[in-house]
Amino acid sequence: MAVLSEEQTMLRDAAKSWVGEKSPVTALRKLRDSGNADGFDRAAWNEMAEMGWAGILIPEEFGGSGLGYLTLGLVLEETGRTLTASPLVSTALTATTALLLGGTDTQKKAWLPKIAEGKAIATLAVDEGAHHAPAKIALKAMKSGSGWMLSGKKTFVLDGGGADFLIVAARTSGKIAEASGITLFLVDGNAKGLSRQKLKSVDSRGAANLSFDNVEVGADAVLGSVDQGYGILEATLDRARAGLAAEMLGSATQAFETTLDYLKTRVQFGQLIGTFQSLQHRAAKMYTDLELTRSCVEAALSAIDNNSNDVPQLASLAKAKANEVCHLVSNEMVQMHGGIGMTDAHDAGLYLKRARAAEATFGSAAYHRDRYASLLEY
Amino acid sequence: MSDLESFRSETRAWLEANCPPSMRGAGAPPVGEESDSPIWGGRRAKWTNPEGKLWLDRMAAKGWTAPTWPKEYGGGGLAPAEARVLQQEMNRIKARPPLLSFGIWMLGPVLLEYANEEQKREHLPKIARGEIRWCQGYSEPGAGSDLASLRTKCEDKGDHFLINGQKIWTSYANYADWIFCLVRTDTSKKHEGISFVLFDMTTPGVEARPIKLISGNSPFCETFFTDVKVPKGNMVGKLNGGWEIAKRLLQYERQNISAGGFGGGSGYDLEHAAKDHVGTENGKLADGDLRARITQHKMEARAFALTVRRLEEEAKAKKGPSPAVSIVKYAAAKVNQERTELLVEALGHQGLGWEGEGFSADEIAATRGWLRAKGNSIEGGTSEVNLNVVAKRVLGLLDHQ
Repeated sequence: MAVLSEEQTMLRDAAKSWVGEKSPVTALRKLRDSGNADGFDRAAWNEMAEMGWAGILIPEEFGGSGLGYLTLGLVLEETGRTLTASPLVSTALTATTALLLGGTDTQKKAWLPKIAEGKAIATLAVDEGAHHAPAKIALKAMKSGSGWMLSGKKTFVLDGGGADFLIVAARTSGKIAEASGITLFLVDGNAKGLSRQKLKSVDSRGAANLSFDNVEVGADAVLGSVDQGYGILEATLDRARAGLAAEMLGSATQAFETTLDYLKTRVQFGQLIGTFQSLQHRAAKMYTDLELTRSCVEAALSAIDNNSNDVPQLASLAKAKANEVCHLVSNEMVQMHGGIGMTDAHDAGLYLKRARAAEATFGSAAYHRDRYASLLEY
Repeated sequence: MSDLESFRSETRAWLEANCPPSMRGAGAPPVGEESDSPIWGGRRAKWTNPEGKLWLDRMAAKGWTAPTWPKEYGGGGLAPAEARVLQQEMNRIKARPPLLSFGIWMLGPVLLEYANEEQKREHLPKIARGEIRWCQGYSEPGAGSDLASLRTKCEDKGDHFLINGQKIWTSYANYADWIFCLVRTDTSKKHEGISFVLFDMTTPGVEARPIKLISGNSPFCETFFTDVKVPKGNMVGKLNGGWEIAKRLLQYERQNISAGGFGGGSGYDLEHAAKDHVGTENGKLADGDLRARITQHKMEARAFALTVRRLEEEAKAKKGPSPAVSIVKYAAAKVNQERTELLVEALGHQGLGWEGEGFSADEIAATRGWLRAKGNSIEGGTSEVNLNVVAKRVLGLLDHQ
């Protein structure tokens, strides 16, 4: 664990006690079983916003605390431990980052204070297929009067079903898969011509597919510069990847600790199963992988806070390692619990389902390995 | 200017003035594992380059061969933050380390913790000056992973101890001046019958025989003790109290192995070797499967390096290594074995030369390094033992009954 300031320690401890009290794993189970359409609990999100979590990245002048990415990562790790479903990733992390990196003062004033208060849900709409591919943008934006007209589709948009506004990556020139010619637009969630299909995924979160049928936006809806949106998009995604990796580290750590507790209590053959060396070594390897992943996540978040030039590498490293460790630990959680781990009543299945959904979000391990190699030019 | 910043500028100026040209920059000789290299110091060091000796003497005079040890024992008396600055400034000019030393990495820290004043004053300054080269008498033919079953006998003969037995895998024993040695002083108990003694390798009855490894090199010895007389003042800590010291020293050993990772072998960079021998298509390695595995390894290696740095920062507050260091030894071995295997694979048949024409020096080094690395998961505690240590000491899992 990184060496923390007093303020960070207090926030982390507050997050730990809040999720334990208000948002244990049973909250996600309840959310799933109630058929909640948003994919998160609005009352819980209000409480999170009241504690300042929605505005951790937002500077004080726009109503936040401006504490930075490592600090937000501490909160995400705690919410990840109990699989808390909330717009922290879509809104407080990803959309906020895009506004901070590319927004004009007017755009920031319009949206950041609302985000910090928990009054606006926002999200980034980037992918158009089953796999993360931020350059493969086909959704078209054409000049229309003084503004733009958007047509196309977006897939698996986090909290996309109920978001108040969307940041949409669109193609304004060039061919699909080219980095240049991409422009980011701010689009109202209730815009005419926008239809949203809420999806029921294994992790019970609120992802949606969006369809844009000649959606009109003004010239002031452009975030950053026309045709030059890819730089902001990639920088935004890197911050989202590192933050999501922190949440995943929390989930994997809790899945591991729950499993370790089971190894210390379950008796078979007259022995605690945790005394069997085959299980001890697998536990020790998981612990090793968790420690290595923690180093990567903290390094990526710190690099973002310090504006280091190796953010892209470290973000891919953190996301790839978090994917791998979540994959391993969630599988081992089921296996080491045996039959009980296969039941819906046990939490193992919830950790497994969330792990895979988070792994596929903002790039799989294979995606980030390929990107890491390309960044190193081989 | 803060104290640390002024320390940095003073250090930078001193290094500029005192680090000889042949000891820095790309031209400095690589720090190899050659057992007879003078960089290990000791009575028998043969300084072929006088600037190597000059560099050692100048650094030792500052106490900077052991930067954080107290000044009265030959150290630099630096705070950890200052020691890091010193290392950064040495890295900046690519200064070669002035001395490689088991005495500094392993023995010194436990002497500071467990030795009496006389022992500290006798041994620590000689270690820091590189005058005495030490070896580690731990493993025995019947005591490898189960180290505490060691049998080398140490009897109290009134005015001296008498030692009889055999050690194995004693690194560089044939070049060492002194040995720190685990001996059995009570046969009725296991862990509580072990003591920690120091003695001169030139004492009559000591014999070290090199062991040839699969890599063709001989970094380890079998070491025999026949009626070796050792002064009674050479025992560190209490009689039968050696196991605690032994374990502590192992933590330092694992931490040290871990901090540098397992180096050695070829300086051939993995992706360049692959580019040269496999080729590229559209800027990517032509073999997509190898490219993915090389990348997975490189990411693991980066994660490992970041973890070493993080544990160092965390250890600052705690003083001394934590049991979590065992994960680092395990990971270091895994990372180096993967690296050396991938390098040989990327080189194809060029990575399987033994000696002679047809193979470059880097290629031969890759072959030898790959073979040498097989020992990484055995030496300093096997990976299996390290996983046991993590399971029991860190995770709190119990022994099988």
